[in-house]
Amino acid sequence: METKEAHAENPKKNMLTLFYQFRELGLLFFIILLCIGVQIRNPSFLTGENILDLATNTSILVILSLGMMIVLITRGIDLSIGAVIALSGMLTAQLVAANPSINPLLCLLFGTVIGAVCGMVIGLLIARVGLLPIIATLALMNIFRGLTFLVSDGEWVSSYQMSDGFVALAGGSFLGINHLIWIAVFFCLVFFYFLNYTRTGRQIYAVGSNPQSAAVSGIKQGRVLLLVYTIMGGLSGLCGVLWVSKFASAQGDTASGYELTVIAACILGGVSIAGGSGKLAGVLLGAILLGILNNALPLLNVSPFWQNGIQGFIILLAVIVNAIVKRRVDRTHLLRRAG
Amino acid sequence: MEQKKQTYQPRTLETQLPFSWKRLFFQWEWMLLLILVAVLLFGSYVSPYFLNYPSLRDGTMVFLDKALIVFPMAMIMIMRDIDISVGSTVALSSVVMASLYTTAGLPMEIAIVACLVTGAVCGLINGLLIVKFKELSAVIVTLGTMILYRGIAYIILEDQAAGGFPEWFGFFGWGYVFGIPFLLIVFAALAIVFGILLHRTTFGRKVFAIGNNPTASRFSGVRVDRIKVIVFMLAGLLAAITAIFLTSRMGSTRPNIATMYELDIIAMAALGGVSTAGGKGRVVGVVIAVFIIGYLQYGLGLINMPSQLFLIIVGALLILSVAIPKIGSLMKRK
Repeated sequence: METKEAHAENPKKNMLTLFYQFRELGLLFFIILLCIGVQIRNPSFLTGENILDLATNTSILVILSLGMMIVLITRGIDLSIGAVIALSGMLTAQLVAANPSINPLLCLLFGTVIGAVCGMVIGLLIARVGLLPIIATLALMNIFRGLTFLVSDGEWVSSYQMSDGFVALAGGSFLGINHLIWIAVFFCLVFFYFLNYTRTGRQIYAVGSNPQSAAVSGIKQGRVLLLVYTIMGGLSGLCGVLWVSKFASAQGDTASGYELTVIAACILGGVSIAGGSGKLAGVLLGAILLGILNNALPLLNVSPFWQNGIQGFIILLAVIVNAIVKRRVDRTHLLRRAG
Repeated sequence: MEQKKQTYQPRTLETQLPFSWKRLFFQWEWMLLLILVAVLLFGSYVSPYFLNYPSLRDGTMVFLDKALIVFPMAMIMIMRDIDISVGSTVALSSVVMASLYTTAGLPMEIAIVACLVTGAVCGLINGLLIVKFKELSAVIVTLGTMILYRGIAYIILEDQAAGGFPEWFGFFGWGYVFGIPFLLIVFAALAIVFGILLHRTTFGRKVFAIGNNPTASRFSGVRVDRIKVIVFMLAGLLAAITAIFLTSRMGSTRPNIATMYELDIIAMAALGGVSTAGGKGRVVGVVIAVFIIGYLQYGLGLINMPSQLFLIIVGALLILSVAIPKIGSLMKRK
């Protein structure tokens, strides 16, 4: 907020401030550069088919990043989502294997409810008992992952046990565009409205940017936190069903470590881990950037073993560059205020 | 909601309080000892091979390697930070050591030194990034380096395993000195060293000071940044030592070893009474917690319990150990 006011007062525009205010544009610019580079090396990158492919593969990441964004905005973090994905995916797959005739939409609901319950447990521990989010979610990650192995007894649920309708959840398409993309677009629109135009959405930002003043202004922080973690859990549960349907197999170690990718997408998109700030457009671009990297590296014949390293390097680079730019911007503002 | 009130509460140091029997008995460490006894009884109940000296002695070899990192982790948590990259550091230093020996053909001694240097450098990078970019929290920095370090390990070794070390290298994992496992001796020595460092030196007092109030400690002349860098470097170094013991015990290494070690280590520290909000913790408690979690794992392993059950138990212990004090204070307020 401060940046904007200071900027409006002073007509002399500073390049750096401009860059920081529209850091999404910077990210977009980087993505375009990357695409051009990849396209020159491998012309099959920017074809309609590959772009649809890329979007389908990025959809789950986008949905999860939306949830992670609101968790990060409240100064929290959720490391358990990979385990929640596995648990809801496994339970749903078992349900489908036992009743092949079940309506696929009911499966989606089932998985979402399981995820939401998991998220609510996390939310209660953080909001009511007062555990640190990193400790609580680290512990529950273990518990949910262990539960997944226990309910599955180490067995997989494979594609032949799943009904066609269930596999079509993530495999089918509507108007030539995969269901996953539609679902991701739907959630983007919902979150855009929720975060910018509803009271609860604004309260999430308020709790994150200054918990004390939020409490003084009568915002029930516990309720906001509980809601945020429940939404995150529900989205993970939903994605668990989609994940299992997409890959047509449910395993104990499904989505292991995926929480790191999701957090990385948010951080690349400019969500501050210190809470209070984060835009949907940025998160969307962050997720797309990671999606492009995953899609393009094999096309460039980069060994799959390099992907982890490249991802880690880019995350560190992005947060450091962001920190340096923000520092400069703050300093210019201080100087202006003094002068 | 959380009590993150920034009101000023003067805190009396425990060493300054007058002696009282009540306080001596109402300590977290006694609770931990009780839990440890319960775990031992549980172990002897489920398996007749559990509760005897050779079994308990050799059981330590299974879990003590990762427990070496718990000491610097406790210091990091006392300073209100966290390091989730230690598992990746173990993997990277182990992979560097193994590939220098097998692929580059260097002598094992040099490979071991390189392993230690790698670990220390990893810790140094963590520390420097955290200190230079204070707006990034330790969570984010070590999250990034966690992915990066493991990524480098994969780049070096791909999906291969490296092994075939000289025979004497097996001593670290399997050797005995005077009938006691070498690893146990190293653990005990480190416990004493870190106990003295944390509770009897000015360095330790400064670590607690930083955890209680970083700003005030900086204004009182504590070199906060330098101490943080040193402690994170210690974590990296200990991770490298763990890598040596682990690699020696397994006889070979892969880029995916020591996955999720950070969780076990954080659980051990938290169960040992190190406050996640900083400023509190004692080496004695941490040592007992190490044996609680370790013997639990060992006992469950003896009766072929699925290791997933162990995951659940560690998670539950972590939550309980952090939640019980909080619930206690919640009750008091009502």
